[in-house]
Amino acid sequence: MAPRSCALCNDARAILKRPKTGQQICKDCFFKVFETEVHNTITEANLFKPGDRVAIGASGGKDSTVLAYVMKTLNERYHYDLELFLLSIDEGITGYRDDSLETVKRNQEQYDMPLKILSYDELYGWTMDRIVSTIGKKNNCTFCGVFRRQALDRGATALHVDHIVTGHNADDIAETVLMNIMRGDIARLGRCTAICTKGEDTIRRSKPFKYAYEKEIVMYAYFKKLDYFSTECIYSPDAYRGHARAFLKDLEAARPSAIIDIIHSGEAFEVKEEIKATQKVQQTCKRCGYMSSNDLCKACTLLEGLERGMSAAVITDRARRKLEAEGPTPADLRTIPFFHPPTASASPAVEVESTA
Amino acid sequence: MTEAPTLNLKIEFGGGLELLFDNKRSHRVALPPPPPSDTQAAPTDINYLIQWMKDNLLRERAELFIENGTVRPGILVLVNDTDWELEGEGEYELKEGDEVVFISTLHGG
Repeated sequence: MAPRSCALCNDARAILKRPKTGQQICKDCFFKVFETEVHNTITEANLFKPGDRVAIGASGGKDSTVLAYVMKTLNERYHYDLELFLLSIDEGITGYRDDSLETVKRNQEQYDMPLKILSYDELYGWTMDRIVSTIGKKNNCTFCGVFRRQALDRGATALHVDHIVTGHNADDIAETVLMNIMRGDIARLGRCTAICTKGEDTIRRSKPFKYAYEKEIVMYAYFKKLDYFSTECIYSPDAYRGHARAFLKDLEAARPSAIIDIIHSGEAFEVKEEIKATQKVQQTCKRCGYMSSNDLCKACTLLEGLERGMSAAVITDRARRKLEAEGPTPADLRTIPFFHPPTASASPAVEVESTA
Repeated sequence: MTEAPTLNLKIEFGGGLELLFDNKRSHRVALPPPPPSDTQAAPTDINYLIQWMKDNLLRERAELFIENGTVRPGILVLVNDTDWELEGEGEYELKEGDEVVFISTLHGG
């Protein structure tokens, strides 16, 4: 086929067909539109203000590596005046996370950003390797997900940042919309398309790649020759998400706008107030001070199950009752260090600590 | 019908796909012409290359690479550093010295 010229500059040879628009564009125009769209996402949602300290959740994978590069580029180009940090969580998975963290360490030098690594071992006293050798591969993603969420907040607090940005892209969000529909999780469906979330005591989290297609992120990394790590986690993948993902990729192959269409559908759902009201009120965990909808946060419950050799206790109600029947929590139980939320405005956490 | 020549190609993998191909990111291959068919000359196109790779280069888990005669959705293909969607996808006819890159987008972020 004859080479085609770029639909934007009408000059250079096109190298990419944009999934979002079908336009055929050249390399320089691709870099420019990709970066400009992320900039527009950031400014339209007013994500940052000058002087903000922002941590980039960095796994060494494609999305967070491109995010770190693009955040640095935009911060310099548009004078956001942000202080950027890399924040990585080391789950303790030999042959997977140890290798990907080497990538993050190289990114730290390449992008000249301070890096903080917080490990599950340090925070919880358990690595994922040890958790899996104890409980097996079933449900291990539950432990990992709960532990990672809290570890990111704690790492961000230690860095004194105002904001965490993550590399979630349009494909990830469309997948989550589909999963929430399939599970009938209306409350999550209502919030999963939000670009920025903030609980009362948590640090702001946002997704500057909300509208960026995975194809374009990978192409961007390829053409910029960015250094990223790509291996599937060695423990069981999230099978349900895997199905949603395969389905989404089939839809995208038939009609590339499907991804953005699904995000728009998710945004268009309006969740009634009475549905929102069924969500539990947020409080702080009596044991570790982290936000929780129960007396104990999920991480403390999971950790107690692990420590007492009854990890199933957190998965089923029956096992939970069995754990309770075994007697009270031992006084010398390993617990998570107490969490002091970044803003001490309405500090209920301090009161809890003094009475605990 | 003249026999098509063997083509020397460079094949590269990224995004974790190399794990299916002997954990080697870069391969130089000599692609033989497709076997002659009774009716017409089969084209030496990327569809043929994908099938040939499955039979000759792939080491494990073919279903992660090939689906319904083409690459699995979520795998990006570039021909000489251009998105194959601009080159006719699987029907692009390969030339001597072409570079074909396969990148999986399916691995974690």
